[in-house]
Amino acid sequence: MSETLIRLYRNFFFRKILRVAVTVFIVSTLTFFIVRLMPGNPIDIYISSLMSTQGMSYQEARQMALAMFSIDLDAPLHLQYIQYLSNLIRGDLGVSITSTGTPVAKMIAEFLPWTLFSVSLSLFASFGIGVALGMVMAYRRGGIFDTILTGICTIMSAIPNYIVGILVIVFIGIQWNLYPLETMRGTYTSTITPGFTIEFIVDVFKHVLWPFITYVVCTFGGWALSMRANTISTLGEDYITVAKAKGLKESRITFSYVGRNAILPLFTSLTISFGFIFGGSLLIENIFVYKGIGWLLWSAINERDYPTMQGVFLIMTTAVVLSVTIADVLYGLIDPRVRRGE
Amino acid sequence: MTKEKYLVKWRGTASKTIGLLKTIYASKHGTVGFLILLIYLFMAFFGSSIRPLDTTPKPGQMYLPPSIKYPLGTDNQGRDTLSFIVNGTFDVLYISLVASMVSVILAVLVGSVSGFKGGTVDSILMYISDIILNIPQFPLMAVLSGLMRLTDVSLAMLMGVLSWPSLAKAIRSQVLSLKERDFIEAARLLDLGTRHIVFTELMPNLMPYIAVSFALAMTYSIYNYVGLVFLGFVPFRAYNWGVMINHAWVLGAIYNRDSILWILSPIIAIVGLEVGVIMFSRGLELAFNPRLRK
Repeated sequence: MSETLIRLYRNFFFRKILRVAVTVFIVSTLTFFIVRLMPGNPIDIYISSLMSTQGMSYQEARQMALAMFSIDLDAPLHLQYIQYLSNLIRGDLGVSITSTGTPVAKMIAEFLPWTLFSVSLSLFASFGIGVALGMVMAYRRGGIFDTILTGICTIMSAIPNYIVGILVIVFIGIQWNLYPLETMRGTYTSTITPGFTIEFIVDVFKHVLWPFITYVVCTFGGWALSMRANTISTLGEDYITVAKAKGLKESRITFSYVGRNAILPLFTSLTISFGFIFGGSLLIENIFVYKGIGWLLWSAINERDYPTMQGVFLIMTTAVVLSVTIADVLYGLIDPRVRRGE
Repeated sequence: MTKEKYLVKWRGTASKTIGLLKTIYASKHGTVGFLILLIYLFMAFFGSSIRPLDTTPKPGQMYLPPSIKYPLGTDNQGRDTLSFIVNGTFDVLYISLVASMVSVILAVLVGSVSGFKGGTVDSILMYISDIILNIPQFPLMAVLSGLMRLTDVSLAMLMGVLSWPSLAKAIRSQVLSLKERDFIEAARLLDLGTRHIVFTELMPNLMPYIAVSFALAMTYSIYNYVGLVFLGFVPFRAYNWGVMINHAWVLGAIYNRDSILWILSPIIAIVGLEVGVIMFSRGLELAFNPRLRK
């Protein structure tokens, strides 16, 4: 029995999936106890605000709060906790306080796709641009092109993305009037009905354009610099010399020998970067009024909508953990050394 | 310690520091970064006495263009923008320094213990850092500051406590490779004890790495801190760059074209600091790692 368990634990893929479960479990536990146990916890604050604003009695307000958080406040804490976890497993994240009666899960389902769309689009674009630039820089290292781009990339990766977002709106939207401000801010034009029509899709891309540019401008520099360093160190490897000595075509060496090996370490950073951009959506979506999950979290925190806050944060964590795990597994498939834990 | 020994030690440290500054000076990036940081330090410590803060609204002089009296113009209440910038420097520097110090100390402790001890301790520590690494940092800080009342120091601590794992992993792998070197082997054979080996043998070799990481941790803390203040999640004072951007953004930039200088000033202050730190760290990298020099 124990031997089977050990063998199961040694399995690379099993370990990764276990880690997803553990992380999500820890985060949900953490949010539960913070919301329940902190002095002046959100439930008490909500009850007293209901009593003062709506003129409810304590009992009424309490009943209302119970329904919102889907927690039975009279039960012992450990039973409340089990109740909370079983609700989570069934996908019940409670009910929003500010948009009264809307289940949090439903709100997330409505907002999450926009963030996934804009963030993954930007991530792949900046990864592609960065890798291509990095290789060119490495092949022409020491030249003018390399020196100028290294400088630009260093500075661009030092500037916070929300600053770029603000500058984009202030200069392109307001000072120079190059792009209509209504299109820069928002997810889509409210007069167009959503659906698979060309009009709607074009409109969606017009709205995502500037958040997309902001994300890309702030991240491509990091990719380019690490790709440059990786390519330079790969170029010094013996197998490249051998490939050259064998008289292989230059293009084949560049793409199959240098490129493939230099790009490998970047996959791990890709997942970390996904988490970073996903978290940064809180700022960027606020600036561009882009109604994704970052915007939802921002408004939930501002309006003290605790169930929504809790739910969105849990979903964000799950999304990041899942993407990290998928990338880990893919990496394990590409590079067998990782799977064996070398 | 006798006086002579102390003197010798002090001289050693002093000449090392001078040597370090010389190498930083030799690299263009390092010099520029060092000068930029000096300017910010000067603003942080002497700024408030040279240009005292005056927060009383002066309705008659809204959005004045730059002049000798107001080099950066005035804000929506007619107050001097430059004095806000100068007085806000200390906060940003202080919080990002505390945060990155906490983060680097934790990372060095966890990374070196994990790499040096190995085995179960290593597995547990790395599992914990993996999990923290998987939680999106900025949203977590935003949610926590929405749930609790954070002070400046507790916020800085929180930022440090959340951001150590990636550096810890890097230090661990450095320790793993250093561990196999001969001089560590020799120290072990002499039975010098874990504490001696970690602090006297390993640490000096890790210093270059730690110094550069410290600078990077600082840029990251500045990003987080100003971002949180900008979104309005952290209790704030009026003279803070994040608050200035927030006010200029919400009250000025979108409605009034004349407010451009008001929003640009804190932005340039932040970008300048970030670029300064990054350039200085590149200088440090060159100074500590001779292989990078041509």
